[in-house]
Amino acid sequence: MSDGDAREAIVRAHHEEWTRVVAGLARRFGDLDVAEDAAAEAFAAAVERWPSDGVPANPGGWLTTTATRKAIDRLRRESRREEKHQAAMMIEDPTQPEPVGPVEDDRLRLVFTCCHPALAPDARVALTLRLVGGLTVAEIARAFLVQENTMAQRITRAKAKIKAAHIPYRVPSVADVQKRLAGVLAVVFLVFNEGYLAGEGDDPIRAELTEEAVRLARLLRALLPDDGEVAGLLALMLLTEARRPARLSRSGELVTLDDQDRGAWDRALIGEGHALVRERLAAVAAGAGRPGRYQILAAINAVHTDAPTIRDTDWSQIVALYDQLVAIDPSPIVRLNRAVAVAELDGPEVALAEVDRLAEPLADYHAFQATRAELLRRLGRSAESRAAYDLAIAATGNPAERAYLGRRRDQLGEAH
Amino acid sequence: MPKYMMSVYGPAERNEFGDYESKEAMLQAFADTGAFNEKLEREGYFVFADGLEQATTATVVDGQSGAPVVTDGPYLEAKEYLGGFWVIEAPDLDVALALAAEGSKACRGTVEVRPFQTEESFQRLLDQ
Repeated sequence: MSDGDAREAIVRAHHEEWTRVVAGLARRFGDLDVAEDAAAEAFAAAVERWPSDGVPANPGGWLTTTATRKAIDRLRRESRREEKHQAAMMIEDPTQPEPVGPVEDDRLRLVFTCCHPALAPDARVALTLRLVGGLTVAEIARAFLVQENTMAQRITRAKAKIKAAHIPYRVPSVADVQKRLAGVLAVVFLVFNEGYLAGEGDDPIRAELTEEAVRLARLLRALLPDDGEVAGLLALMLLTEARRPARLSRSGELVTLDDQDRGAWDRALIGEGHALVRERLAAVAAGAGRPGRYQILAAINAVHTDAPTIRDTDWSQIVALYDQLVAIDPSPIVRLNRAVAVAELDGPEVALAEVDRLAEPLADYHAFQATRAELLRRLGRSAESRAAYDLAIAATGNPAERAYLGRRRDQLGEAH
Repeated sequence: MPKYMMSVYGPAERNEFGDYESKEAMLQAFADTGAFNEKLEREGYFVFADGLEQATTATVVDGQSGAPVVTDGPYLEAKEYLGGFWVIEAPDLDVALALAAEGSKACRGTVEVRPFQTEESFQRLLDQ
């Protein structure tokens, strides 16, 4: 066996087995620290041994067995000091199983624990990426532009709170599961958005984050195949991720939807996303209840990715979907996005009136100023448009977006 | 079983109706809190609960070196002060948070839930 084959097998095993190994150990030993360290040691052992010993027939089984042995070794070492406590932990599942939600899977327990509402939002993201996603602390720190020891501390503190406050390792009860799942999906979407349009830093798109978010959503989809919002979020991210190759110009400038080369879109991801949207449409038609925000956003993106050119876009369909979205989430940002579609359907003047009503809450939001600038430009109000572009540029930290907005602003001068 | 303190905060000085807007509101909050306490006892969560006099009645003592130094007032300047608390026993944080939500509604205040140290966590401290 070549080193390359072994390395490839390890990468694949890491993608396929990391979560399962950590989740199983956390359940067995009741300790996320022990689970994380033992899993990491098992993968390190694989890196050392698989190139010479060969890849085991059942890599997942090998990793679980190795990690369990590492965990027991560690607990034995520590048990000399804390015999009573550790002896209790060695017993399978010290907690009485509670009535659980739809699926009994350790990985789902792990997800819900990492995304527990008692943890700070940035800690939820970090823990999920480390324990569920298997990213290293260094990778997570780099993705969020913080020092590695800052990120390490954030994760350590979150694990310490889980232990000290007795945050349970379980799927929430049926009564709570929908609300808690919404929190889990929010964490995954936050990871995606941070990658899709990075808020700061030199890289306008961080593919490692969007890809990881898609992977997390696929895992949730496998664990909760009947949940509409899980399917909706996965579809939304697939249809957005599919456009990534067309979103940056050669010179590193953001390319908006109307100027994108649609031939560069990833047809496989679009096909997968459309299939999910169709599945949800059929479910809703069959009485599955009203679709949530992710399903509606996915449907909007399905309309966009269905159109061969921007002119073929079914804007009335998009506005109708935004109306549905406003009905369940009348936030200013949703209304701003609706106004963008209204501009295509009813013209820039109608849209601008809508947008100007949002000035109070959104004045410092880059997309609000960029939208205003664009509408004012179309209406020939160049001076006001220029001022709005300036505000938009000042409000964004993303280099590709700044470059795009700067060029649009400078084109105003040429036209008049 | 883990123990949690559920603390309720309020202003340093109370008005004539405690922290409430009217006498009726105060009596209703007392009644609801009483009913909540009874539920805690009935269902085996209750360890202790009581309300404190307002924060301006507090006295600070420092006996760390030489003669103790006694000063008036709460130890920290703050906008809001501990006004009362429950100590409960609950199997995990989810149960404690659900109880805290009920307690918050009953007493008309925001509740902070904080775990007590356990024998295990104390042991970990000693082993370090």
